[in-house]
Amino acid sequence: MSNVGQPQPHESARGHVTGEALYTNDLLNRFPGVLHAWPVMSPHAHATVTAIDVIPALTIPGVIATLTEAPGEADSGPNRHDEPLFPTEILFYSQPVVWVLAETLEAARLGAAAVNVTYNQLPALVTLDDAIAADSLHSPPLRMNRGDATEAIAACTHKLTGELRIGGQEHFYLETQCALAWLDESGGVSLHCSTQHPSETQEIVARVLGWPKNRVIVECLRMGGAFGGKEVQANCWAAVAALGALKTGRPVSVRLPRKLDMILTGKRHPFLAKFEAGFSSQGKIEAAKMSLYADAGWSLDLSEPIVWRAMFHADNCYNIPAIDLTGYVVKTHKTSQTAFRGFGGPQGMLVIEDIADRIARTLGLAPEVVRERNFYREGDVTHYGQPVKDAARISRIWAELKESSEFAARRTAISDFNSRHRHTKRGIAITSVKFGISFTATMFNQAGAMVLIYRDGSVQVNHGGTEMGQGLQTKIRQIAADGLGVEASAIRLMPTRTDKVPNTSATAASAGSDLNGAAVLDACRKLQSALTTVAVELLKCATVKFENGEVHGDNGAVIAFAKLVESAYRQRLPLFASGYYRTPEIHYDPATGQGRPFFYYAYGAAVSEVELDGFTGAMRLRRVDILEDCGQSLSPLVDRGQIEGGFIQGAGWLTLEELVWDAKGRLATNSASTYKLPSWAELPEVFNVKMLERAAEPGVVFGSKAVGEPPLMLAISVREAIRDAIAAFGAPRLIEIDSPATPERIYFAIERIRN
Amino acid sequence: MDFILNGRKTQLPEGDPQTTLLDWLRAEGLTGSKEGCAEGECGACTVLLVRPRTAEKKTLSQYVPMNSCLLMLPMLAGQEVFTVEALATTAGMCEVQRAIAEGGGSQCGYCTPGFVMSLFAEQYRPGRVGPCDPHSMGGNLCRCTGYRPIQDAALSIGPAPDDAFRARLDQPAPTAIPFASKRFHRPGTLAECFQLMAANPGARYVAGATDVAVESNLRDLRWPLLISTEALVELQVFTETTGQIEIGAGLSLSEIESPWLTAPRAFKEWFPLFASPLVRNRATLGGNLATGSPIGDAAPLLLAFDASLTIAGPSGRRQVKLSDFFLAYRKTLLAPGQLIVSITIPKPFPQLARFFKVAKRQLDDISTVAACFALACNAAGQIERAGIAYGGVAATPVRVTAAEQWLVGKQWNQKSMEQAQTIVATALKPLDDHRGSAAYRLAMTQSLLAKFWHEQSEATA
Repeated sequence: MSNVGQPQPHESARGHVTGEALYTNDLLNRFPGVLHAWPVMSPHAHATVTAIDVIPALTIPGVIATLTEAPGEADSGPNRHDEPLFPTEILFYSQPVVWVLAETLEAARLGAAAVNVTYNQLPALVTLDDAIAADSLHSPPLRMNRGDATEAIAACTHKLTGELRIGGQEHFYLETQCALAWLDESGGVSLHCSTQHPSETQEIVARVLGWPKNRVIVECLRMGGAFGGKEVQANCWAAVAALGALKTGRPVSVRLPRKLDMILTGKRHPFLAKFEAGFSSQGKIEAAKMSLYADAGWSLDLSEPIVWRAMFHADNCYNIPAIDLTGYVVKTHKTSQTAFRGFGGPQGMLVIEDIADRIARTLGLAPEVVRERNFYREGDVTHYGQPVKDAARISRIWAELKESSEFAARRTAISDFNSRHRHTKRGIAITSVKFGISFTATMFNQAGAMVLIYRDGSVQVNHGGTEMGQGLQTKIRQIAADGLGVEASAIRLMPTRTDKVPNTSATAASAGSDLNGAAVLDACRKLQSALTTVAVELLKCATVKFENGEVHGDNGAVIAFAKLVESAYRQRLPLFASGYYRTPEIHYDPATGQGRPFFYYAYGAAVSEVELDGFTGAMRLRRVDILEDCGQSLSPLVDRGQIEGGFIQGAGWLTLEELVWDAKGRLATNSASTYKLPSWAELPEVFNVKMLERAAEPGVVFGSKAVGEPPLMLAISVREAIRDAIAAFGAPRLIEIDSPATPERIYFAIERIRN
Repeated sequence: MDFILNGRKTQLPEGDPQTTLLDWLRAEGLTGSKEGCAEGECGACTVLLVRPRTAEKKTLSQYVPMNSCLLMLPMLAGQEVFTVEALATTAGMCEVQRAIAEGGGSQCGYCTPGFVMSLFAEQYRPGRVGPCDPHSMGGNLCRCTGYRPIQDAALSIGPAPDDAFRARLDQPAPTAIPFASKRFHRPGTLAECFQLMAANPGARYVAGATDVAVESNLRDLRWPLLISTEALVELQVFTETTGQIEIGAGLSLSEIESPWLTAPRAFKEWFPLFASPLVRNRATLGGNLATGSPIGDAAPLLLAFDASLTIAGPSGRRQVKLSDFFLAYRKTLLAPGQLIVSITIPKPFPQLARFFKVAKRQLDDISTVAACFALACNAAGQIERAGIAYGGVAATPVRVTAAEQWLVGKQWNQKSMEQAQTIVATALKPLDDHRGSAAYRLAMTQSLLAKFWHEQSEATA
């Protein structure tokens, strides 16, 4: 193969660096008369709306209309319809109540300020603790268990109980939410939208307009980052834009400036975990009980599957004979937390990794020894009944990485350093990741594609996946080029549109290339098979090989792909094909908590070394070594980017990025100046990234594995290295530190260990 | 008045003077510059201004990257601007573009034009030797890549090629000359400033606009008139004598840093911690003090160095001690119409002086606590002069005079510094906010003193 497996730059790299690559909001001046929208936002976290007077807004120069109702169902809730566009009950601070459309953004904002809304303020549940105490839940508790954990813990030599608070995370995609809607020429509405899930955006728009879906077309050119934040939360803005276009007959743009994006859209779920564990003197975890409370915010969103995924990953790489998990989807009066790279998996894993370190420090063992002693082995089964396919890879990756990172020698060097420095301590940790690949809602594991060949041999590829920077289009082009045997330059990747491939799934769950790549390959193979018949006849040979735009017969004869295509056209053969893929063998029953929800697991491990300043709690990431299982990488440069970028994003979540809400339910960290994501200072001084060799995954497109989410959780090694360094400041004992491990938390953890 | 945009003379549009260059560029179809935050934090909107190289080399130019979201349109009158659209030519991408594109330096691509612009300015930075410094992109945020490939791209780039961009640097650059338009004036003299201020209630002075533009973009403040200080030559001085150094209030942080090779260590520690390169290229020292922010990083440094300010107003000019300047939360001695002309730091500088900044993020963050400690000792190791100042621990930046006075006459040793910590702890009552708790802030005020002692004594040992 000349494309798949080759390191290729991003498909749009030239457009990115020149500024020519277009994003939704870049299209505005192609739409004369476009109107801008601004919401009227509630000044309470919980209230009822008692009266609305929009008339004053209409007196503001430039204001064209207000939106207060919809012809269809005015609700953008994806599953449960619990997200009214024009609410009568306010459920979070700043919740939009009315939208104002105007000639300029400034006029829309002034118009919104002029709308009079009266509220009856109600008591709000802002903190997770208050909501738990009030038994405020979106759904009944979710349960998953194996054996009798209570009994097993009671029977253990050693036990521990504890709590861990895990902070959320703002997506901070550089391109904020935006949608642009206009009435098309034939009785429909069309949208450009920055969405990971055009089909669902289409569905919500149709629902709100009260139209059948065939009257709505949604197109996503590309996104300036998404990370899960545009999986369902892009829909609402699209619905408002479409509603505005319908009401005014003019194109309408809804773009959330950064502050609005931060105060209106959901984040990674903050969690509170309460746990108990029983273990042997050797550090073997015999049983664990966990209650996972997810701060879901005001609406259900995807919180149930997110908490499920936390529970699916509460074992991480460890075989825990008895386990009892309860997940709570807690309703608070805050933004509605949503999908974010890892989808609950990171929170679940963080809890068991926290427990592993506590066990090690209780027993006076090195944390890596405890971790290693609990690994799944070949033939083991998870607590939800799925055999751990390729479990031996956990130990193999561990051993290879320990070797290549010189773990043992560095442990010694660090002890030596720490004995010589009173106020500066270093720490090192190795952690591994086992991440289940597939949507746990089985029906989403399907994808479609449409490949068109034109008479000149040029090709258009359509599929349901969206490009958010993850390199999906780069991989699809490689797959299609090899699938058809043409040069990559012959292929044009089309923007994702709901009128090309219908009923698509979100580009999410790391499954974008697994699903869409397989669907595109299916279409290419159908076309190649049809063309083979023509070629064999033309070249008068038995078999042919399609390669780089030429078709070679086994008799040495050659024909250009374009010529073959023209011949096929003249023979009146179709030059387009649809492709389809559904992931085989997966199923899951939420009622029993048992099944095989994942087609396979992605594995990886990381070693991180940090240095802490005992005076301030400041942390420096000195070195990171990663070994990731990408199967047979489709596109090594893209995959390396996913590994590095995911890791740094995870390190940001665990050490730096902190969401703070005040007592009124206002997000205090609502801007780039108050919410800090990783910058240059967070790049490790040494960063070694390798992919596991000899790791092809049978049954997945070209033997590849998903890579979007798993590396984020490798950053748990940074947090664990921090705990290791904190421990070096005092006598051995438990290192309790909530997440994120900010300098302040590190400083006080050091103070506790010193005293 | 015109300006030059991507090499072409362009009419400066009439209209709202608070329109940002970014918004205008995008409306004109130059959509390569992106909005990521509208407050100068992310750098996705970075453009280049052609500016005079240094005070001595005024006939030559340099490319200075800036956030176009913090540039208001009239500020560009007479200026020369390049956007990302100008870099690729018919010959193809420029070296910086190629290096970032081919090395995997872009994923979603939204921040990428900003990185390209910052790195391009670095490649063409006059006098640069060796590979490009990745920290030149310290004002650009990327959420996708984790920065490694962008760093590698920077390290792979050598000297600027001999092209038209390189040749442009041998020509003089425009300077900010007096200019007036509707609701925006850039007078050439202080007297005009005072007249305009008197005649226009609600008018506001603006220098680099790294604060004013944020108030405009994010807090929706609108002013009847903005009076730019950028054409006031008196605010551009930089003079060092044996007894003092005088720094013009209108100089940007970069304009202070680059020529001041003999700056004391504390200043050299402070420069890179002050915001980001993109902001330092625009933010002025006078502006940082005049906002009266309790978390501005210049104040603790200058307080500890016992700086004074020259303030000018309709009724004349006077010198005030910086320690008398801050009155209350965002309130200063500046009366309506007055502005800071220059900052004077007495010499000799105290020989034991360090600047520390505690923040969640180590670079380009706002201080949880900032501190500067400046001690002068005699040959016998006795402290003769002490400056102990903090930001982020009170409604204003503060000097802890009780601790300073106590230290004078004491020996420079651990015991003295521990006693100073105790005094500091009783003198300060910081608050909780989203950047840090009161307890952490109070702990830092003392801990940083301990760190100061520890690092200084270790250095001498």
